[in-house]
Amino acid sequence: MNRRRVWETTRPYALILPAMIALFLFVVYPVFYLIKLSLYKYNLLNKDKSKFIGLDNYREIFTRDDFYHALANTAVYTVGVVLCTMLLSLGVAVWLRKRSRFNAILQAGLFTPHIISIVSIALVWMWLMEPGHGLLNYVLKAFGLPGSPWLQSSSTSMISVILVSVWHSIGYYALIMVAALQSIPPTIYEAAALDNASRFKVFWKITLPLISPQLFFILVIMTIGSFKVFDTVKIMTGGGPNGSTTTLVYYIYEFRTTSIGFASATGVVLMAIIAVLTFVYFKVLAQRIHYQ
Amino acid sequence: MLIQEKKQVGGKLRYRIRDHASLRLLKRLLGFVAKLAVLIVFIFPFLWMISTSLQTFEETLAFPPTWIPAAPQWHNFAEAMRSAPFVTYAKNSVIITVSVIVLQMIVMIPAAYAFAKYRFWGRNLLFGIVLLAFMIPGQVTFIPVYLMMADWGINNTLLPQIIPFMANAFGIFLLRQYFMQIPQEIIESARLDNASEFKIMQKIMIPMAVPALATVALFSFVSHWNDYFWPLVVTDSTAVRPLTIGIAMLRESEGVSNWHIIMAGNVVLVLPILIVYLFASKQIVKAFVYSGIK
Repeated sequence: MNRRRVWETTRPYALILPAMIALFLFVVYPVFYLIKLSLYKYNLLNKDKSKFIGLDNYREIFTRDDFYHALANTAVYTVGVVLCTMLLSLGVAVWLRKRSRFNAILQAGLFTPHIISIVSIALVWMWLMEPGHGLLNYVLKAFGLPGSPWLQSSSTSMISVILVSVWHSIGYYALIMVAALQSIPPTIYEAAALDNASRFKVFWKITLPLISPQLFFILVIMTIGSFKVFDTVKIMTGGGPNGSTTTLVYYIYEFRTTSIGFASATGVVLMAIIAVLTFVYFKVLAQRIHYQ
Repeated sequence: MLIQEKKQVGGKLRYRIRDHASLRLLKRLLGFVAKLAVLIVFIFPFLWMISTSLQTFEETLAFPPTWIPAAPQWHNFAEAMRSAPFVTYAKNSVIITVSVIVLQMIVMIPAAYAFAKYRFWGRNLLFGIVLLAFMIPGQVTFIPVYLMMADWGINNTLLPQIIPFMANAFGIFLLRQYFMQIPQEIIESARLDNASEFKIMQKIMIPMAVPALATVALFSFVSHWNDYFWPLVVTDSTAVRPLTIGIAMLRESEGVSNWHIIMAGNVVLVLPILIVYLFASKQIVKAFVYSGIK
């Protein structure tokens, strides 16, 4: 074989080599390393003293109350955020779908939180939610309502974190939905108008089915994203008060230095949950979606 | 005034409210007010952040709240910056963000080109791995990556915040889509002219994919400038930490009630992004929405 031909066949491999090495080294390999770590009682200071303990870490996870607590918190957070964000952004998207200058400004405004660091968002909202001097309680009191302890009580902390996350992501998802809505051919609406279909019926029978593929992907992205929540929790509540906002990733984070094996096993469990959720979504919902 | 009109529809008597000019105006006005209210809900927290950053400590505690500070307290910024090595933090943020973007471009362009324009054994499998990598959360893999970096002895450098992001799976995916739309004939004719693969990428692929490249770059800029989790879990020392961590730590160093100082630091973190957004909001919005749809 001449050298030119050899080069012809190996060239694509050479082109993708840097990317593949990086992906293997920093994404694929770590997953296997994580699984391996989860089977060990890992000693951070002296690696040679690490001990293989089989599935003991997993056994520990499923017997610990604080794990179930973190799992439940994450589930509550996910359901709350996904449900509220989905409904509100759909409402906003339908409301602002028309192309006009004012709507464009509004969309840009709603989108702003999405490009700002969670650190800033969390700090601003902590200040707004400050029980003594914060603005939110001032507004509540101005309307004659009692103030709320917001982040500082275990009964209101989770809902406060959910509120901030929903506020943070509405603009982004609303914009994706606006783009989806604008891609619906106007002729379909004209046909519906000829048939004297009511607004409600048009939304239910035409708009919703036509944007269902996008809604479905948003649902999947949002669920996965919510299951990985960490930044807001770390900054705003530190998992508290009383563990009321400890989510799975925060739980892993807390154990990351003290017991690496256990934290890794929890990581594997989290990954499995995300994989199962994605799979179920695709199985259950994919059949009900209308693809154009 | 509303005018009701009797109308015979399908044999039944129906009342219809006629669309009167003043009613239409009222409707539009109400819609405008409602939209303005929504805009305020989303913009106000940032205005409040700026206002607080210029208040005195007494003003932040005042009741009713101080909307606009009597005299802007610019020294709050100096005070915030003095409380920690912020110049170092800012420098780190810039170095990390710029290096990540540059490295990603170098790695991503040839890979996307090969996936889009070559047929080779194992292509679909390898591209499947790229897509799979896109789904694996960093919130889980940080533990093994941290240990690897410790093994290599680079935990106290900026590298752990840069090299793991070298291959941007999402970027490869997006760019490949873009490259696939470029007609094969252009590439073939360039090859007939004895153009090297490097030349083809440089003279044909890159210029034609500028919008996609800009999208990925903007995306990387925003997400790495704002990143908090990864720097938090892979760094051990102040010297290599970025701005996000520094600002988040202001709360601990400034005590819980010095909100005017904390907000001053916050403004410093937000300002670069807000300025870029003010001038390029259309492009940024488009980039993010595009990435969400694909």
